[in-house]
Amino acid sequence: MKLLVCVSKTPETTTKIQLTADQSDLDKSGVQYIMNPYDEWYALVRALELKEAVGGTVTILNVGAADNDTVIRKGLAIGADDAIRVNTDGGSSLYIAKQIAEQAAGYDIIFFGKETIDYNGSEVGAMVAEFLGLPYVGDASNLEMNGNQATVTRDIEGGVEVVEVETPFAVSAAKGMAEQRIPNMRGIMMAKRKPLNVVEPVDFPETTQVNHYELPAEKTAVKLIDPDNMEELVRLLHEEARVI
Amino acid sequence: MVLVFAEATNGKFKKAAHEAVTYAKKTAEVLGTDCCALTIGEVEDAGQLGVFGASKVLNVGGPGVAKFDSQVYTAAIAAAAKEVGAKVIVLSHNSTGKNLVGRLAARLLAGSAPGVNAVPTANGDQLTVRKAVFSGKAYADVTLTTEYKVISLAGNSIPVEESGAAVAVESFSPELPAAKTKVIETKRVEGTTPLPEAELVVSGGRGLKGPENWGVIEDLAEALGATTACSRPVADVGWRPHHEHVGQTGVAIRPNLYIAAGISGAIQHLAGVNNSKTIVVVNKDPEAPFFKAADYGVVGDLFEVLPKLTEAIKEHKAG
Repeated sequence: MKLLVCVSKTPETTTKIQLTADQSDLDKSGVQYIMNPYDEWYALVRALELKEAVGGTVTILNVGAADNDTVIRKGLAIGADDAIRVNTDGGSSLYIAKQIAEQAAGYDIIFFGKETIDYNGSEVGAMVAEFLGLPYVGDASNLEMNGNQATVTRDIEGGVEVVEVETPFAVSAAKGMAEQRIPNMRGIMMAKRKPLNVVEPVDFPETTQVNHYELPAEKTAVKLIDPDNMEELVRLLHEEARVI
Repeated sequence: MVLVFAEATNGKFKKAAHEAVTYAKKTAEVLGTDCCALTIGEVEDAGQLGVFGASKVLNVGGPGVAKFDSQVYTAAIAAAAKEVGAKVIVLSHNSTGKNLVGRLAARLLAGSAPGVNAVPTANGDQLTVRKAVFSGKAYADVTLTTEYKVISLAGNSIPVEESGAAVAVESFSPELPAAKTKVIETKRVEGTTPLPEAELVVSGGRGLKGPENWGVIEDLAEALGATTACSRPVADVGWRPHHEHVGQTGVAIRPNLYIAAGISGAIQHLAGVNNSKTIVVVNKDPEAPFFKAADYGVVGDLFEVLPKLTEAIKEHKAG
């Protein structure tokens, strides 16, 4: 099977978000970047497991500038065979999806993480599927293959839905689909020699802009309640916060 | 015209659908136009969406749409948008909506804003709308610059408002493709409100010391009518199921009340819950970082505090 795993670079999960003085952008100084956890822990590892079970190749695809190569090399160290980077700093989700779609024809399964932990959009996978006319299953927590037919379990509110779909298709991976793998020294050494092909983007208009960010309002100081007076907490929740 | 897809589950609307129609109505007011609701499949009382502001309600029926498929539903919604001349499409940002926002945007070459928290503002042909980013650590104002615009509304972001009366339902039969996915089975936990939709949540962490101690969490949740949740370490060691994990890499929630017991408040956990309207933290460690994000705090042993709180809730409810 030819498997494609689309990965993003995101700020590390413990990052304290700060804004530039004019609030037009994030203050990126000192921010550490990682591969988006859903892409790495679940999408990439499940693709590798399928390759190990039935044979094939796993290709990593990233849309971004040259400083994304560290993240891509990590994916190769975990076990992907090769990688493609579309060399661009853009932009809106649809622009990125278009760049992915240009590279993604001919794969049996196109994997995404269920969302990036920075923009939380959950939309690029479905966009790519639409550009390519493929079925798409989002928020998948299990994926089993039988020949060219997949049985996919997707998370829905308060439960799951089990769906059958034939290759080629696109899927976004949620927690449960696989277990995180840590690259070993051999993988890290081999990753340096694996192909990382850089291609140029196609022209496509931007569809959205973000010109202003805000941080959530600071919480006022916590009101401490006597642990022996839970009636007082209930009163405050009822009369002051008005949530019960 | 603003088109809103109001999803029904087993023929009935949930709160998310009423929120989406309310939101679409408010967006239509900003644009000086009306709001049309689209329902798909068999739906009871679809005309009731008029109460929440829809001036027109369309229904796409038939066996082809009985089960969800993102390509078929996208085709139906896009066709409805063309039918009523809508350039702005509103969805709920739930598991169905997340399968549709991107597809619709690609199909209509539309700018999209997934998971928004507020009604947009208009500037000429552009719409600007606020959404949470970094799992709630910040907000971004997204401006959609395209002719078509697709927006999905995060749950519990705006109150449902009644602003009209029921309208007649018009049948709409666009040409639709055959589904390439086949739904085999749908399993839902009965009886409790799913976490992403819950208004009241009681959550436990490592301070519970073991899965056998969860009774204090469950008793409090039951007294409140709340949904239970947990921190990541607790889900990772298997004390609780993964779907209960709230936080940056779990479910992000925004309930009216979040009660956290035995959770220290790591930044990744806070990211998933800090949009909760009111946060109560119970922890025996007064230095727990979660207290800085809390509205109300109780420094004490949760095994003593939670049963007392449960009793106080019961007394309050008994009136």
